[in-house]
Amino acid sequence: MRWFRGTADTQAKPQSKATSQRVSRRSTGFTEFTRTLAGFENLAVLDLGPTSSANISFLTNFGGRVYNEDVLRSSRDTSYFTRQDDGTMKLDPAKFFAENLNHPENRFDAVLCWDVADYLDEALVKPMVERIHKSLKPKGVLLAFFHTKDAGPDSPYCRYHIMSKEVLELEPGPDFRLQRIFNNRHAENLFKDFASLKFFLGKDNIREILVVR
Amino acid sequence: MWKARPDEKPSSSPNPSATGTPASSVVSSGTPALPSKESRPPEPAKITEPFRSDVAAHIGKSVVIKGELSGNEDLYLDGEVEGTIDMGQHSLIIGPNARIRANISARDLVLHGRVEGNVRGSERVELKKSTVVVGDISTQRIVIEDGAYFKGSIDLQKEHKPEQRKAAAAAAYQSSGVDIGASHQPSFLEQK
Repeated sequence: MRWFRGTADTQAKPQSKATSQRVSRRSTGFTEFTRTLAGFENLAVLDLGPTSSANISFLTNFGGRVYNEDVLRSSRDTSYFTRQDDGTMKLDPAKFFAENLNHPENRFDAVLCWDVADYLDEALVKPMVERIHKSLKPKGVLLAFFHTKDAGPDSPYCRYHIMSKEVLELEPGPDFRLQRIFNNRHAENLFKDFASLKFFLGKDNIREILVVR
Repeated sequence: MWKARPDEKPSSSPNPSATGTPASSVVSSGTPALPSKESRPPEPAKITEPFRSDVAAHIGKSVVIKGELSGNEDLYLDGEVEGTIDMGQHSLIIGPNARIRANISARDLVLHGRVEGNVRGSERVELKKSTVVVGDISTQRIVIEDGAYFKGSIDLQKEHKPEQRKAAAAAAYQSSGVDIGASHQPSFLEQK
């Protein structure tokens, strides 16, 4: 499978735990994101990715207070699933949101969504964006990454580590499966309640979107 | 968007990071492929011994405490606690079998097990890969291993050196209108 994220290793295979290596990539969207944050005082940032000490360090040094909530990993908790009549287990959004993304309105100046929406259960994506919209302050910013149509279902999930204002490091794993591809119109609809969207297309075919509430 | 992969098999692994994600919200019956809150920590036996001997006091995994836990010596805690934990200026290690529902305060904290509550380490907090922390963390320095799960806010307080502390205290006193020393008195030349 084509490894489309990362500038250094474009033909690498999906990771195994033994061979997983971090790959650096420049991110115009993140550069713009940090540039926007410079104007905020008492910055509060919500990071929806896996806990990363690099991210915490960067954002704290940037003058921000960091809130961490790994929604993707939380969404796999069995307690949020209910058994259906046919015996299958189905994720119950009401149960999930009773314990997750419960933040007061206008709490955050910025949200790092990374590519969580691509891997999250379908039932949670839209409500998650609605929750984020509520918890963001007016003019608050959100950074989200989306795969382009070249990505397949086996595109590996990566953790994003902030290295600098321009560079992110991608670390493969844990092993989540890509659920869908958002095209530009889908993304616009997803963030329709927000004031503006700015698209950045990287060389590695990751679409970065900076959204302003 | 895609159908489930034919090679996907349900896993009974209790470790969330080691299992595949469900292709959709529908999961076939009787396949415990999803993690549970009680599934952590994954490798308790391997990581209990190395640090046990480093601390003076030890509370084992079969001990259940409800109420206030405090002490004046370093502690290794592998049991279940509901209430508050205050170790003052001493170190606390939360073992991999620990289940804590309490606000924790200590000088240095190393977390392996599950903690629900606010964590305050006056000097350092270390989250090991097996830990699950739900609550806010307040400390001067934090170390997070890959794989650690944390949900909450982090308040990194700046380290104060002795001179900085003195200056900060002086500033605080000045702002409160209290004179704290001769340096703030008028000099001899100013006196008439």
